[in-house]
Amino acid sequence: MGLRAFLDKIKPAFEKGGKFEKLHSTFDAFETFLYVPDTVTENGSHIRDAVDMKRNMIFVMIALMPCFFFGIFNVGYQHFLSSGENVTFWHTVGYGLMKVIPMYLVSYIVGLAIEFIFAEVRHEQVNEGYFVTGFLIPLIMPPDIPLWMLAIAVAFAVIIGKEVFGGTGMNIVNPALLARAFLFFSYPSKMSGDDIWIADKPDAYSGATPLGELLNGSNVMESLNISDMFFGFMPGSVGETSKLAILTGGMFLILTQVISLRILLSVFAGAIIMSLTFNLIGSTPAMEVTFWQHFLIGGFLFGAFFMATDPVTAAQTNTGKIIYGFLVGAIAIMIRVINQAYPEGMMLSILLMNFFAPFIDYVVVNNNIRKRKRRLAKTERRSS
Amino acid sequence: MDKIIKIKKGLNINLVGEAEHVVEHHEPQYCAIKPTDFIGIYPKLHVEEGDKVKAGSILFHDKYREDLFFTAPTSGTIKAIIRGEKRQLKEIVIETDGRDDKIDFGKGDPLRMSREEITSKLVQSGIWAMIRQRPYSIIANPLEKPKCIVISTFDTAPLAPDNTLIIKNKQNIFQKGIDVLTRLTDGKVHLNVRHGDNSDIFTNIKGVNINYFTGPHPAGNVSTQINRLDPINKGEIIWYCYPQDILTIGELFETGYYNGERVFALTGSEVLHPHYYQSIIGTCISDLVNNNTGDKENRYISGNVLTGKKIDRDGFISFYDNAVTVIPEGRHHELFGWLAPNINKFSFSHTFLSYLFPKRKYVLDTNMHGGVRPYIMTGEFEKIFPFDIFPLQLIKACIIKDIDLMENLGIYEVDEEDFALCEVIDPSKTPIQKIIREGIDLIHKEMN
Repeated sequence: MGLRAFLDKIKPAFEKGGKFEKLHSTFDAFETFLYVPDTVTENGSHIRDAVDMKRNMIFVMIALMPCFFFGIFNVGYQHFLSSGENVTFWHTVGYGLMKVIPMYLVSYIVGLAIEFIFAEVRHEQVNEGYFVTGFLIPLIMPPDIPLWMLAIAVAFAVIIGKEVFGGTGMNIVNPALLARAFLFFSYPSKMSGDDIWIADKPDAYSGATPLGELLNGSNVMESLNISDMFFGFMPGSVGETSKLAILTGGMFLILTQVISLRILLSVFAGAIIMSLTFNLIGSTPAMEVTFWQHFLIGGFLFGAFFMATDPVTAAQTNTGKIIYGFLVGAIAIMIRVINQAYPEGMMLSILLMNFFAPFIDYVVVNNNIRKRKRRLAKTERRSS
Repeated sequence: MDKIIKIKKGLNINLVGEAEHVVEHHEPQYCAIKPTDFIGIYPKLHVEEGDKVKAGSILFHDKYREDLFFTAPTSGTIKAIIRGEKRQLKEIVIETDGRDDKIDFGKGDPLRMSREEITSKLVQSGIWAMIRQRPYSIIANPLEKPKCIVISTFDTAPLAPDNTLIIKNKQNIFQKGIDVLTRLTDGKVHLNVRHGDNSDIFTNIKGVNINYFTGPHPAGNVSTQINRLDPINKGEIIWYCYPQDILTIGELFETGYYNGERVFALTGSEVLHPHYYQSIIGTCISDLVNNNTGDKENRYISGNVLTGKKIDRDGFISFYDNAVTVIPEGRHHELFGWLAPNINKFSFSHTFLSYLFPKRKYVLDTNMHGGVRPYIMTGEFEKIFPFDIFPLQLIKACIIKDIDLMENLGIYEVDEEDFALCEVIDPSKTPIQKIIREGIDLIHKEMN
């Protein structure tokens, strides 16, 4: 019996009145994951574009693959570098898998369980949104994070960040970043400092991240190897160390037009202008960091490509996107340079602008409304 | 050189099955007038099954606007009066007798008649129903005066019929129809022509303001043109009608009769020999599609694939439509369809390799290609929506039924057909045209 025939056979049990009626959304999620459904247009346009939300989401995940695979490698690499052991490539990858796969299991099991329950209760189809969120969360977590902490963060992000607002598409802040921010503020001793960025690090080894060193007032750029930073051979969150991997995935998203180029370019523009301004002032070592150095350290690039461009939490109007992106970039650099208690400026800046995005749109839309009203007033004057 | 108005945003969907420029004569056995084609009409019947009618005989009138008559396009016998749920009147089917008996409404020279005489002749003959107004896309009120009248001579929708073929050789009748329209408004009559069409047919017409348009669909939609020529403000009214309607109007004044003839394009990938038919308004399509379509499960559409209505294989063409499109139904599952790179699929997005071949012609079926989702992607509609209006925001305003917001965001300037392309490319698969129509209906109800 073919797969399709099997699905058609068991389908009636999940329909209304069937034995497993309560699991309808779950069955639907699996069925539509395997097959694009056979529903046809009922009203309006008779033909439809072949693209759907699933495809858009899956393209973001494809774009994250380079970061994912490099992350697995780097987790192992940093561990053995710190312990001084000399091991084979496959050893390194094996260690990375042992660290990263459990994180993914926790992220998806906790997150999807909540998603499925909410979908069943609301009698809705399960949204694909969490596939991307669940894929992003481990990538922005330190490799040595305790799994229970990750589980709490995921649950908090999905329930408070998304479901209370009505699920995917309705949320105000980016749920993946919310998970990270939740941990950052709830367990500060675990999430900052130089302890957790390398898995099972021996105490003697200094493993501070470049942003951590920036905090301590030392000039990072002298102590760091630029090619290591670009290719990602340095401690950091699982998926955001390799700028090459991020750019590879990012190019894919730009070519397929899944992300908004408007937002992306204005994030960079905001960051460049802000860091040039600080360069001019130049009174602390942090102010002297150039914009391209900013792009290389921390989560700036990852945030710009994968977080700031989230269409739900970004501004939705074209003009709004430019303002939103510019402010994300500018504020990220401002936080990094001025408020050194919070090295992760990009995360905070995106979260902050998530809250302001609806306001930016409101202003942009209101401009359009005012224009229409002015036109009306003009014709009324003419006719009277 | 005249000014050319360039529409930059939009999208042409190239489909297989364009009609060949051959017009075949067709004697219909049945035709029908469908009260559901007329927005906001509550029909009061004047006929019963078995009654004899002539071309121009009143079939029904509107309960709330008693001067609004709807008449038979040809002579024959009332074969059936079909009702739907809650006894809603759906179709009045006429079995034609081939004799073509007509009521004489009297000839007239529109340039010498008063406006009242002109409107009364149009209203009596039922041809008035061909003149509609924006906002709301309802039939115009003869007592009101529009600020202008807009005529789009070209249709940019997929597989749309070519009006130059239909109007060719009938220029004098067309001119007469235009003369009628010029008497109905104190403002201009805009005749909008596609730049590059071989169209002295339209450019020789007198008494009108000729505008040239160029660009992809929806450049041919009247809302797009109105938006560029003379945008509608709250409280203003613009009338519009289409070239074949103008022929009917012209003929009424030329001969005194209601001539219900229409040229239809039979198009679509499932039509074996797509071409034009000369038939009558509301004709039954079964004669046209029998022997001319394959035996697959097909979708029969009165109108085009973007805005047309689904009809049965033996259904009737809607009053305002001048095309029948036949495409395959899409009831099939597709394994991992959301993943495959697939160069054979049509998509406006760049997530399919097919975007590398923009000239390609497609055979598209009616599959939804996905389930309904909340609005997640943004900025997509703006790429193809040529108005100074925020499409997603307006759609959302219609969903939440916020009348003030709808008004502020420009609901008066649009019709549901303007959102057809948005609906096609929407990755969230929401019924956008329906949402917009409900919004327009709501605001119409509130304002009147």
